[in-house]
Amino acid sequence: MLQRKKHSYRVILAILSVLLLAAVACSAALGRYPISLREIFGILGEKLFGTEPFWTATQKSLLLQHRLPRILLACLVGCCLSAAGASYQGVFQNPMAAPDILGASSGAALGAALAILLGLGSTLTVVFAFAASLLTVFVVIFVGNRVKGKRVVGLILTGIMVSSLVSSGTSFIKLIADPQDQLPAITYWLMGSLNGTQPEDVKFAVIPMLIGLIPLLLLRWRLNILTFGDEEAKTMGINAKRLRTVVIICSTLVTAASVSVSGMIGWIGLVIPHLARRLVGNNYKALMPATMLMGALFLLIVDDISRTLFTTEIPIGILTSLIGAPFFIYLISRDGEQL
Amino acid sequence: MSMIVENLSFSYGTADVLKSVSFRAEYGEFLSVLGPNGVGKSTLFRCMLGILMPSQGHTLIDDRDISEMTAAELSKNIAYIPQSHNPVFNYSVLDIVLMGTTAQLGKFSSPGKEQRRQAIEVLECLNIADLQNRGYRSISGGERQLVLIARAMAQQAKILIMDEPSSSLDFGNRIRVMDTIKGLTEQGYCVIQSTHDPDQAYQYSDKILAMYGGAVLAWGKPEETVCDTVISKLYGVDVEVCSLRNDRIRVCIPAKNKIIKE
Repeated sequence: MLQRKKHSYRVILAILSVLLLAAVACSAALGRYPISLREIFGILGEKLFGTEPFWTATQKSLLLQHRLPRILLACLVGCCLSAAGASYQGVFQNPMAAPDILGASSGAALGAALAILLGLGSTLTVVFAFAASLLTVFVVIFVGNRVKGKRVVGLILTGIMVSSLVSSGTSFIKLIADPQDQLPAITYWLMGSLNGTQPEDVKFAVIPMLIGLIPLLLLRWRLNILTFGDEEAKTMGINAKRLRTVVIICSTLVTAASVSVSGMIGWIGLVIPHLARRLVGNNYKALMPATMLMGALFLLIVDDISRTLFTTEIPIGILTSLIGAPFFIYLISRDGEQL
Repeated sequence: MSMIVENLSFSYGTADVLKSVSFRAEYGEFLSVLGPNGVGKSTLFRCMLGILMPSQGHTLIDDRDISEMTAAELSKNIAYIPQSHNPVFNYSVLDIVLMGTTAQLGKFSSPGKEQRRQAIEVLECLNIADLQNRGYRSISGGERQLVLIARAMAQQAKILIMDEPSSSLDFGNRIRVMDTIKGLTEQGYCVIQSTHDPDQAYQYSDKILAMYGGAVLAWGKPEETVCDTVISKLYGVDVEVCSLRNDRIRVCIPAKNKIIKE
């Protein structure tokens, strides 16, 4: 079984890339207002080839201002959360690790809730969520490194504790928020949604995402060695502490950027890396790119469902849990390689 | 060409774990460290591998102090072979061996054709090339131990530090693994193992370091170290050392058997 994986992972990556491109094109055509594939390519080709417009102005602005930013963001967020999940699993030598393990999500939630309470508007909500998310993780790392005993366990436990502390803050804000408009806004944000994505959201998120994703891709081979623990890694010539710090910072950056624009989208960071492990094996050389592509593909498809299935949109966080949890149970109870 | 440990001391807080340990290992030698649990064997190894900083003394490899070497440099001189463990993720055997080549690579690169060739060569040298595509978690304990030895060899280090390489293995695998390790010393590797088995240490070692209470109790040739007084003191029980086959083999037995015989 492993032999097949070894030789075919490049093929799998190629197939995933093609699928992702096809899904992007189809998603752009999907929606209540009709835009055909031909019109999509026409609009995209307008600047490059000077195609004569055979589409309406509404179609063009809908595509460029709404659908494409949202599609792009779905792909980026899916990619980032999955990559962060896979990285944390390696760094913490723990297959149960997910992107929110160090409190990035609960921090973002507090920041967003605070911004909504203060009535700061959507742009500042994103900024607040991003800043609070990073701040929470830095507190966790700062405190966790002072915990006696094993550093990895210390970090995870500190993550759980600080998350719970921060969540109590979020709950308090919900308590005092105006139940007419603020409370629903906070609740809706917490469910996670890509509804109302602005091109500005993409611009805001894409830089920290790339700053995080590129090192994760480049360092992916060395991530394998971290899964054997610090001492063994060191005897193999790796500065484990430094490498782990870099990987944690990058994973945190992409997680914070993702949750600050999309809200809480659960499960994807746990399920997708495991699905990718089944497909290409545990070697991060193949696992990391496969995880990134599958995460993008998965979240794009789920977002398509969330915006087209019913007339009112279902928050994507609900759907990822609805699909993710049963799927994960199927995955771990199926025959084959054990967890 | 040698590894020299000089007056190595280490303490956790106020507790002295190592007290001025000194010995010397040449390339091509097999050295066993004997001693009861908690005597500081692992701490000694950790200091020699640069994981722990000794409070006093130093370790020299070819006359260079290891504290002056970078992690990558050190890993090309000395490799650690843990007890066959159960890692969280199931890697293929070839992937595990390839991980040994990481220190040769640039920070952002993965092993290429050259590293793959080295890894397969090492696996063939240990007669386990047919395992290369198996999952590490699905092979036996003895095979895992050999794979970890292969990883250390792929690291191109000439000094191999082994933590009780035979302790968790069955009788047949124990002999197979120990014979393989002995074969490595004939190829010029320097092997330093910790063990709980004085008989085995006698049979395979060129030198034995007996540690008691964090200090060296005896150091030298097996004939001098595996004897009634040292082994009895070491483990706190009366032991009689019997000699077999022209002293090629020595067997330690509890001394009360002597009483029964008489």
